[in-house]
Amino acid sequence: MQIFRAHVLVCGGTGCTSANSEKIISELEKNIENNNLQNEVKVVKTGCFGLCAEGPIVVIYPEGSMYTMVKPEDVKEIVEEHLLKGRIVKRLLAGDTEADDVSKSLDNVEFFSRQHRIALRNCGIINPESIDEYIAYEGYKALGIVLAEMSPQDVIKVVRESGLRGRGGGGFPTGLKWEFAIRSKNEQKYICCNADEGDPGAFMDRSILEGDPHSVIEAMAIAGYAIGANQGYVYVRAEYPIAVKRLEIAIEQAKEYGLLGTNIFDSGFDFDLEIRLGAGAFVCGEETALMTSIEGKRGEPKPKPPFPAVKGLWDKPTVLNNVETFANIPIIILKGAQWFSSIGTEKSKGTKVFAIGGKINNTGLVEIPMGTTLKEVIYDIGGGIPDGKKFKAAQTGGPSGGCIPEGHIDVPIEYDTLIELGSMMGSGGLIVMDEDNCMVDIAKYFLEFTVDESCGKCPPCRIGTKRMYEILERITGGKGEEGDIEKLEILAKNIKSSALCGLGQTAPNPVLSTLKYFRDEYDAHVSDKKCPAGVCKSMLSYVISDELCKSCGICARNCPVDCISGEKGVPYKIEQEACIKCGACMEKCPFKAIFKNA
Amino acid sequence: MKSLAELEQIRKKALEDVRLRNSEKDSTRVVVGMATCGIAAGARPVMNAFIEELGKRSLGNIKVTMTGCIGVCRLEPIVEVFEKNGTKVTYVNMTPEKAVRIVAEHLVNGRVCLDYTIGAAEK
Repeated sequence: MQIFRAHVLVCGGTGCTSANSEKIISELEKNIENNNLQNEVKVVKTGCFGLCAEGPIVVIYPEGSMYTMVKPEDVKEIVEEHLLKGRIVKRLLAGDTEADDVSKSLDNVEFFSRQHRIALRNCGIINPESIDEYIAYEGYKALGIVLAEMSPQDVIKVVRESGLRGRGGGGFPTGLKWEFAIRSKNEQKYICCNADEGDPGAFMDRSILEGDPHSVIEAMAIAGYAIGANQGYVYVRAEYPIAVKRLEIAIEQAKEYGLLGTNIFDSGFDFDLEIRLGAGAFVCGEETALMTSIEGKRGEPKPKPPFPAVKGLWDKPTVLNNVETFANIPIIILKGAQWFSSIGTEKSKGTKVFAIGGKINNTGLVEIPMGTTLKEVIYDIGGGIPDGKKFKAAQTGGPSGGCIPEGHIDVPIEYDTLIELGSMMGSGGLIVMDEDNCMVDIAKYFLEFTVDESCGKCPPCRIGTKRMYEILERITGGKGEEGDIEKLEILAKNIKSSALCGLGQTAPNPVLSTLKYFRDEYDAHVSDKKCPAGVCKSMLSYVISDELCKSCGICARNCPVDCISGEKGVPYKIEQEACIKCGACMEKCPFKAIFKNA
Repeated sequence: MKSLAELEQIRKKALEDVRLRNSEKDSTRVVVGMATCGIAAGARPVMNAFIEELGKRSLGNIKVTMTGCIGVCRLEPIVEVFEKNGTKVTYVNMTPEKAVRIVAEHLVNGRVCLDYTIGAAEK
């Protein structure tokens, strides 16, 4: 075998790829060759490291040096300094890995040291296009053990005792779901994987498929054995091309090794896996709509019951789990139910992956034990809010969830506490908002999303959400009427109780939760025609202070609609009727003489 | 794939390939002085000999790394072996041939090649 003295890991996740990591890889290979190091140094393309805000990321082992925001121009220096001469390139090290003149390994960075990576255990460590590297980290061992030593009932018992709950949003106990499916007698059953991640800002499923596709394949085979299914489908959206490609490669490799196909591990168990591409409709993340779409029909939900475990894909008993749920399975089998249930809280076991975005310094992917407080996630792992702004609220659960205001920032993150607060775990999108965000505008944004994505099958969702959206448009447009807020509440209540599927039933949540915690903002919009955060354009104006204006004219030159006039010695004025409220003048004013009047 | 034993075989082989990425704090390290003085005295062929020999013996758990000038440039190439228990052996005036012997005697069998050490050279 050939060993290398250094491994250079380059993130090949979607975030870093769009930040040019492919070019970095080719530059690395070129420079390594130029310095004749190709027999000593290996370049590995991995999945997401999680610190997407700082991408593209390059990690060099054995030191574990983490270089961030690497540009193709930096590669020459990395190769010549670090790889050739052994001198770490300090200027590129991740912010807090440099201390006392010694570079710390990435395990010591606060962003990573506070996490507990179970579902993401291999992301950013292995090459996702190499089945051998997955096997090196005990991959497919769980499947081997299951087939050789365990009965289907044993497998279900372990999953049930682990306390694992669905990570796609609902939080239904996974073991129980499998048990329902084993009880449904049928010659043909199916395993489906829900990789139709649709929440704005959520990308954990994509990252797992990109960084560790084999863990999902292995888990689906285990689930197949447990419930007696020999065919699986991964439903993934076509707009995830890297994830689809890596999954295709992984399935191919697993087939070559005989880990998919007939008579796996000589046990007589057959399991095959296929990919089904979705067109990216949000409703197809709903389980019945997803299965209808796999069948080749228009992706629309069906009433439940019957539940999929009884009558699912092609009317056969089907287990549908989310990507992250599956990624937990192999390690639960290997380490045992007790190990898994010792992590987390009484009712929410294990860990949860969150995609943190919005007004936060460390935008990216983090995996934390259940019960970690929102405050720890935002300030300790997430690195706080940029520019020292004040935290206002965090939205969890995307368009189906709600917001958690500052007063509840110490809440431990688990399924039930979030529901009590009027939000939900959801698939794990966590959008942070600061004092500059208008909560009515946020509610309008999420509702616009559900109006767009409503499939149109049931009237409460199709018509109801549209009417709610119209009211919100009115309120944010400065034309709110007395009684609008009450109308919103009545509509929300009725849609929640009468919509056909999860999409409609949860669509009013962002409105209800912002109403619960930020009713004063709604009132200010409706009664005073003011937007306290200064976001809703119809209710704000830009004004130039006569005292501070030095008549330099920079604002006038930068105004795209030429609505600012003035002359030397006379303060400039904005013509309010023509102003489009873009804020360019305020941004450009060197004397900070322009103010936003909310 | 026919059995767990077969999987374990693949795993063992693959593990050597990725071992470098595990933060095993207690693994043996071979540190080669690769400053200008070391490179000029022939440190690169020495390091390559270590990598090649360790590869032949599938000793992926031993890390080969580089360092700067230790200060005794006249004795370059210098290689230091840091053991799991924290002890350090300094080899001087290294050659690729000596590297092969150090792998066999010191790293595999635990017998320090006393005649190559800085102590022997400075006698």
